[in-house]
Amino acid sequence: MNGSAPLLEVRGLRVEFPTRRGTLLALDDVSFDIAAGEVLGVVGESGAGKSLTGAAIIGLLEPPGRIAAGEIRLEGQRIDHLPYEQMRAIRGRKIGAIFQDPLTSLNPLYSVGQQLVETIQTHLPLGAAQARQRAIQLLAQTGIPAPEHRIDQYPHQFSGGMRQRVVIALALAAEPKLIVADEPTTALDVSIQAQIISLLKRVCREHGAAVMLVTHDMGVIAETCDRVAVMYAGRIAEIGPVHDVINQPAHPYTQGLMGSIPAMDSDRERLLQIDGAMPRLNAIPAGCAFNPRCPQAFERCRRERPELAVARATRAACWLNVEASVS
Amino acid sequence: MTVAQANPIRAAGGPRGEGGGAATRMLVEVSDLSKTFDVSAPWLNRVIERQPRRFVHAVDGVSFAIERGRTLALVGESGCGKSTVARLLVGLYGPTRGQVRFDGADVVHTLQHGDARALRRRMQMIFQDPYASLNPRWRVRDIVGEPLREHAIVTDTQALRERAAQLLQSVGLAAADVDKFPHQFSGGQRQRISIARALATQPEFLVCDEPTSALDVSVQAQVLNIMKDLQRQQGLTYLFISHNLAVVRHVSDQVGVMYLGRLVELADKQHLFASPRHPYTRMLLDAIPDIHMTGRSRTPVQGEVPNPLNPPPGCAFHPRCPHANARCKAERPVLLASQGVAVACHAVAEGRV
Amino acid sequence: MNAPSAPAGALARFFDSDIGYSFRTSPVAVAAALVAFVCVFSAVFADWVAPHNPFDLATLELSDARLPPAWEVEGKSRYLLGTDDQGRDILSALMYGARISLFVGLASVLVSVIVGVGLGLLAGFVGGKTDAFIMRVCDVMLSFPAILVALLVDGVGRAMFPDAHETLAFAVLIIAISLTGWVQYARTVRGSTMVERNKEYVQAARVIGVAPLRIMARHVLPNVLGPVLVLATIQVASAIIIEATLSFLGVGVPPTQPSLGTLIRVGNDFLFSGEWWITIFPGAMLVMIALSVNLLGDWLRDALNPRLQ
Repeated sequence: MNGSAPLLEVRGLRVEFPTRRGTLLALDDVSFDIAAGEVLGVVGESGAGKSLTGAAIIGLLEPPGRIAAGEIRLEGQRIDHLPYEQMRAIRGRKIGAIFQDPLTSLNPLYSVGQQLVETIQTHLPLGAAQARQRAIQLLAQTGIPAPEHRIDQYPHQFSGGMRQRVVIALALAAEPKLIVADEPTTALDVSIQAQIISLLKRVCREHGAAVMLVTHDMGVIAETCDRVAVMYAGRIAEIGPVHDVINQPAHPYTQGLMGSIPAMDSDRERLLQIDGAMPRLNAIPAGCAFNPRCPQAFERCRRERPELAVARATRAACWLNVEASVS
Repeated sequence: MTVAQANPIRAAGGPRGEGGGAATRMLVEVSDLSKTFDVSAPWLNRVIERQPRRFVHAVDGVSFAIERGRTLALVGESGCGKSTVARLLVGLYGPTRGQVRFDGADVVHTLQHGDARALRRRMQMIFQDPYASLNPRWRVRDIVGEPLREHAIVTDTQALRERAAQLLQSVGLAAADVDKFPHQFSGGQRQRISIARALATQPEFLVCDEPTSALDVSVQAQVLNIMKDLQRQQGLTYLFISHNLAVVRHVSDQVGVMYLGRLVELADKQHLFASPRHPYTRMLLDAIPDIHMTGRSRTPVQGEVPNPLNPPPGCAFHPRCPHANARCKAERPVLLASQGVAVACHAVAEGRV
Repeated sequence: MNAPSAPAGALARFFDSDIGYSFRTSPVAVAAALVAFVCVFSAVFADWVAPHNPFDLATLELSDARLPPAWEVEGKSRYLLGTDDQGRDILSALMYGARISLFVGLASVLVSVIVGVGLGLLAGFVGGKTDAFIMRVCDVMLSFPAILVALLVDGVGRAMFPDAHETLAFAVLIIAISLTGWVQYARTVRGSTMVERNKEYVQAARVIGVAPLRIMARHVLPNVLGPVLVLATIQVASAIIIEATLSFLGVGVPPTQPSLGTLIRVGNDFLFSGEWWITIFPGAMLVMIALSVNLLGDWLRDALNPRLQ
């Protein structure tokens, strides 16, 4: 990473859901950076808060959820509490979004071309003919055959994988600096998944866009990302370069996670399992959120919440590393 | 349909090196199993718009056999028919053609004319969606106890409750959970309740339709470990359906790869993963993102799964296959066994691959 | 063990639950429930609550006929809302009349629900020709206006049994009204059944070997009843109004057991001679019951809705 300011800075992000039974803390003091052109993976299991992080950054938090504290800066400018109109301008122009379900991401009533051109013209000063040309270019870049012909077709005339390519084209239409992709390949077949992953990597590199890839699939992260943040119960447990997190995880949760994934190269009789389940939002333990399930937990883990600290090749929120570095 | 055709691997003197006489050890035998669904438009529409009848060959001529105490996994992508095979095996659908034999007896015949009760006791099913596979209005003790009540194994309410508690404990849940409702449990716990229900009648054969696909990775590990433990303890036989090859590699003994309703490769786990023969299997294995084997060179993947309403003629995979020739476009390949592996591919049979 | 406190416990759980919370915080629902409760209570316990028995001929005094409500100049405090042309206390007549109306309304909704849910379950679960047949019957039923169907059945019933016993007359009336209402339940339940039928817990029951009838009754039925409750609540109001209409037209309840509709009809004749109370109060009571039940039904639908998803 070069020394210039990061593209996206998230500091101390706190997202709350006020309910009649009290306030639920869904994201608790989440901080990370994304450099320009970098691919950051955000991985976690259901309920960890990874999709919420993406939603908070795009500005699409569902009420009553709200950002209670913290800052989100895009290219130095604060975007976490912008009024609706300003956020709408930024969304699309500077941030593109790709969601999980290609069926509902595209409006079934408009042709693919109409949707692309609309997005292009909203954010770029191009005339209709130029915008259409650019749309055809984008479709070609995302691997859609015969784009001049298919640009006038409707979403239901595309297969699932093709639709996701169109969604990627749509996300890139206004040349955004950051793409937030939430489970972009989960709904696709394995063989299509591979195509879409490599496509995403390629076009984002070509367009110079940074990517925040949110998913539960560690394999996809391993293939696509430069760095990865592992989330647990609304907090970041570990963050670092992808191969270091996978091969030398410092946080016991990451270790358990990597061990429980059945891998193609090993032949273990039993998978490593982490007993118990992720705590519900209204029952997050005191101290380190992982301590009830952690095989290496000690007294301090139950009392104090650890901050992200350097641990070998990554940064992990775990007292084991602090104790180790002290002793 | 001979035993040889039903299980080409065994007939070819497969990994155990035995040939005939294998029929007695096979718990489940499937021969030329097919299921066709009529998806034609309603009669009125067809008459007015002059549309032809349309059929989907969800399963088309599938044959395999499962040995007692072992696990056969069926893998494939969407539309390959693996879930339909699962339902055909337990009698939820009736086959259009072909046969399913359980412990030597024809399943369809037994369910309709024979001792259906006894058969149902011996085979059970676990489903994919942990949220839809338990009746949300029933308590867990009723859900797990239903097979017991239905087969009159246990009828006394108190005894039922105790037996349900025992079953829950055998899958790692607490005895006190019997009085709760499904919504009070997480996805992984619900899947365990499903397993407990399936084991209530002490079956010999379990059909598992993507049991861990909807679960998080760490929960999946728990459930897979439990399933393996139970298999060892009770000598269960599994048919394991999945689209996740890594999971399949962990749980199965034998693997069958399906594509558009047909079985394209059937082999022991080691053979399949070490040296896949069929071009589709190779493509699948290549396409899986794996956390430890990244950045390897891959053959580029072409195309998508075709529409099952209009399968390509000849070999269903030929439009995407780098080795397709004229014969592949015209003639459908048969599952042929050689060296313990059964493959349905002209290129393999001709030695071109 | 817990028997005596079970109802109290259940009530506490209700008020603490999401539905209970929704009820407590909705002033409309609470008010509607209160009004409905008062009306129903006075109707059910009319024998004890009503100040007079308007149908006991021995207690009627002709000299007290056509008295205005008590707050008017000529009114008597004995007859709070006045009397009709035969000296019957309007307030008491309201309670007894409401009792009849409520009985007919609730009974016809009950019959509608049983027939509709049953047919809907059958159509949704079995599918195929049975489903097509039942749906066509529904379509045919819907093309007839409710009142006309009721009139038709009622007329046929009277023609077949001219010296009808009172019970028979009620039965015919209840059937007539329920014939107009069952279609809604059938359609709603059919749709829900088709959704539930494909869910895996139903397939699991089939794999266990449970008979289809048992699956329908024990597995599917509890899961499709939610919308039925809302519909039934709202339909009670419309059933009462249909009964009132029929009684107003003279073809409803027998004259010896006047319902609110009968009272309205009787009072109608006196409207223009200035004795407005004889028809207005029964009318107001009818409106109050129908409105409160309707509002309760609306609230219930909204309260149950997010959880139905």
